[in-house]
Amino acid sequence: MSHGNGHAEAGEHRHSPAMYIVGYVLSLVLTAVAFWLALTHAMAIGPLMWVLMILAGLQIIVQLYFFMHVTEGDGPPFHSVALVLGLIFTFAIALMSIWIMSFHSMVA
Amino acid sequence: MAVAEHAAHAPAGAAHAHGAGPADGRPLEYRDPHQSVKILGFWLFLATDMLLFACLFATYLVLRTHTDGGPTARELFDIPGFTAETFILLTSSFTGGLATLCMRNGNKKWLMAWLAVTMLLGLSFVGLEAKEFAADVAEGANMQRSAFLSAFFTLVGTHGSHVSVGIVWMFLTLLQVARRGITEITARKVFIVNLYWHFLDVVWVFIFTVVYLSGVVM
Amino acid sequence: MPAGFQHFADTYLMWNEGPLIWMSDALIVLTSLGIVGALTYFKRWKWLWREWLTTVDHKKIGIMYLIAALLMLFRGGVDAELMRTQLALPGVHFLDAEHYDQIFTTHGTIMILFMAMPFIFALFNIVVPLQIGARDVAFPYLNAISFWLFFFGAMLFNISFVFGGSPDAGWTSYPPLTELGFDKGPGENFYLLGLQISGIGSIATGINFLATILKMRAPGMTLMRMPLFTWSVLAACVVIIFAFPALTIALALLMLDRIVGTHFFTMLHGGNPMMFINLFWIWGHPEVYIVILPAFGVFSEVVATFARKRIFGYSSMVAALMAISIISYFVWAHHFFTMGAGADVNTFFAVATMAVGIPTGVKVFNWLFTLFRGRIRMQLPMLWTLAFVPCFAIGGATGVMLAVAPADYQYHNSYFLIAHFHQVLIGGVVFGMLAGMYYWWPKMFGFKLDERLGRWAFWFFNIGFYVCFMPQYALGFMGMQRRMYTYPADTGWGTLNFVSTIGAYLMGIGFLFIVLQVLYSIKYGERDLTGDPWDGRTLEWSLPSPVPHYNFAVIPTVTDRDMWWVLKQEGRTEELRPKPEEIQPIHMPKNSGRPFLMGFAFFVAGLGFVFNWHVLAALGLLGVVACMIARSFEYDDEYQIPVEEIEYTEAALGRL
Repeated sequence: MSHGNGHAEAGEHRHSPAMYIVGYVLSLVLTAVAFWLALTHAMAIGPLMWVLMILAGLQIIVQLYFFMHVTEGDGPPFHSVALVLGLIFTFAIALMSIWIMSFHSMVA
Repeated sequence: MAVAEHAAHAPAGAAHAHGAGPADGRPLEYRDPHQSVKILGFWLFLATDMLLFACLFATYLVLRTHTDGGPTARELFDIPGFTAETFILLTSSFTGGLATLCMRNGNKKWLMAWLAVTMLLGLSFVGLEAKEFAADVAEGANMQRSAFLSAFFTLVGTHGSHVSVGIVWMFLTLLQVARRGITEITARKVFIVNLYWHFLDVVWVFIFTVVYLSGVVM
Repeated sequence: MPAGFQHFADTYLMWNEGPLIWMSDALIVLTSLGIVGALTYFKRWKWLWREWLTTVDHKKIGIMYLIAALLMLFRGGVDAELMRTQLALPGVHFLDAEHYDQIFTTHGTIMILFMAMPFIFALFNIVVPLQIGARDVAFPYLNAISFWLFFFGAMLFNISFVFGGSPDAGWTSYPPLTELGFDKGPGENFYLLGLQISGIGSIATGINFLATILKMRAPGMTLMRMPLFTWSVLAACVVIIFAFPALTIALALLMLDRIVGTHFFTMLHGGNPMMFINLFWIWGHPEVYIVILPAFGVFSEVVATFARKRIFGYSSMVAALMAISIISYFVWAHHFFTMGAGADVNTFFAVATMAVGIPTGVKVFNWLFTLFRGRIRMQLPMLWTLAFVPCFAIGGATGVMLAVAPADYQYHNSYFLIAHFHQVLIGGVVFGMLAGMYYWWPKMFGFKLDERLGRWAFWFFNIGFYVCFMPQYALGFMGMQRRMYTYPADTGWGTLNFVSTIGAYLMGIGFLFIVLQVLYSIKYGERDLTGDPWDGRTLEWSLPSPVPHYNFAVIPTVTDRDMWWVLKQEGRTEELRPKPEEIQPIHMPKNSGRPFLMGFAFFVAGLGFVFNWHVLAALGLLGVVACMIARSFEYDDEYQIPVEEIEYTEAALGRL
């Protein structure tokens, strides 16, 4: 293997903390909104749950994009494919387990 | 060029002449394929860990109402307590991010400082959670009381033990940065431990949404 | 006899249980003494430690998996023969009921988790890096950890037979039967911990091979130039990393119920046993696809090689693999249609289950079309592949019958189900793994397995299979339920059961022929001097057999699917021979004893948890943590093979 170079050159493209600050502020705002909606009973339970889940979903995106650098990487974004599949299965397990275990039928 | 030797012995931030190569412009932790494959491996691990939590969430959601006449979510959850935990963990995720930033800027001192701050925030999170658990148990709401409480303590406790492992791991990484400086290897280690930390923050966001907030409003 | 010793012998060594246990104890002691004696006499302890226990070489790890899988096939097979003997005639008391329960439990658990899993991992390890032109897997050290976790998990499970008592609640281990109130003995704990430890290893293997296939391919080997076996491993690993966490959680929660006293699956305080069954099958159904997908990969390689044709419909084969790996995730509730979740749930899972049949059908037709007008050579790998096609087709058809939710209320847990899953798991996985073993054996060891003895094994095993399992479909319709210890004569099940038992013995003879074949071939087997004994198509056949530990002296540049075949056709095989000016020093991972020690520490911790010996458990866990910390501080884990050594090795192999 013959790639010789290796190290961060001091002074060469300094990264600014702007990304991280934006991410932090967004995560704080999203959390605060969720708290406010839940604790003031601003909405009916059904829609509230949906809104809370959407806010949580946005939090995932904030963490992934601003903090975890999900768009970076080396070669094709295999890790993103794995994450998307994982998220699909995660929601499938949670929602389908509720569905299966709620025993809608007259049999149970 | 011997990749491993090169990575292991070069001093931090040493200005090497950039040759023509695919590595240019990429963050330090991605430059050596030996290290960047570990980052992919870690993303894959996070995907499996996500499924681990998915199963715990599923169990909690199914057993949430099975309180057996014991304490319910609404009676149990302490709003100031979990609010504090949430903001502490969100902030620690931010400081962990700043550690990665300083690492990429080659600033060893601030990298270590932010890692230390992140660990302290993590410790206070774990401390608050332990206090919350102890208070619950003191009121007779222990794991053995009902299926709901078994599921609650297991889900939140698994997250808490992940955070505890993260703190120890971050400490080990800190030691290595202190000893070896910012190299391709330590950079990869810092990046990965922070991935883990941010991931735990995401899991917490779901715990606070699905367990705490929902528990309080229902 | 002193009372203390008597108590120990009865509690832990189960000497009060009679001759079966005494015989096993004696056999185990003799075997262990034999192994220790042989290693000492031939002065092989150092060799064992240096060459095997500490190795991180994927080929050696693969061989260790293979040996373990064959040993476990023997153990699970003996369990099967004991069960069939017990059921041969009505009203038999050859085994007592307790032992019968233990034996069907260990049979199922061992065959799925400690036979099928290591068998596929053996082929993953031996074949994948060679097929994609890599020097090792992405994480060789983790690979060794995976193996030792599997090994010590299997050990923990297996010692339960002679130390403390075997699990006896079926391989699915359903609560509430497996809760502490109904199952006090350590057997169930052995099950939970043995599976937990080896399961962690399996997840690590899934991650490792996914990263290997995605990142370690030789230049020019695009995804759509990968051999189909490698594709099948990719698909299986996707299923592993997303399905195994569900097993981890199911086992962990049941363990909490038993050790801590929680109420996840109890009948008290709001627990719900069906939730275990739900979690178990979220893993359990994808698990059968985890073991069958690599078998599909083997068949794809074997069919193309032995028909001397390019595989028909490569892209559709890839698409089918990926489709199976995703759809297989959405079928789990068909294992408990009878729970009564409701018409909507059962309909969804019935339709999803039938849908898996579509990509599987695509694959079967592609294999048949590949064979069509091929110049077929009937050698052992091909024989097993041909036997697989009808066997799996029948198994698939009965599977679709079971997938019809209303009809399943009739078949559920009957011998019809038993016959069905043995047909797909033996006809699919075992035939596939044996085909793969015969196919890659020369690559592993440098000689072929004897064809004649192999044919005896093949015919005994195949005829035995149908004689054994076809009657069981009928028995299922006649009302015989699984896990029955014995049955009265007036049920009229005696004749078919007797036939079935004869079949099981025939399969046992088939297995003995395989053992004989291996032993015979070690001495007399045809040596493979070319490295390409089957006129193969993919990169591994361009290497000498056995392969040097660095695999490729020079990493090849891939220009084609079936690269090696194309080069042979065009007379360009020289291109894959190393040229002196291209040889550079190679970095290889250093051997390490730590994976072995870490596996052992897990074993100690597991044993501690089994018997609630908390100090031992804590010591074991401390050992695990110590290994992990030591690894974190290890920086010098590679060494360099100098050019001269590579040149010397390659020249000795006649390749320079």
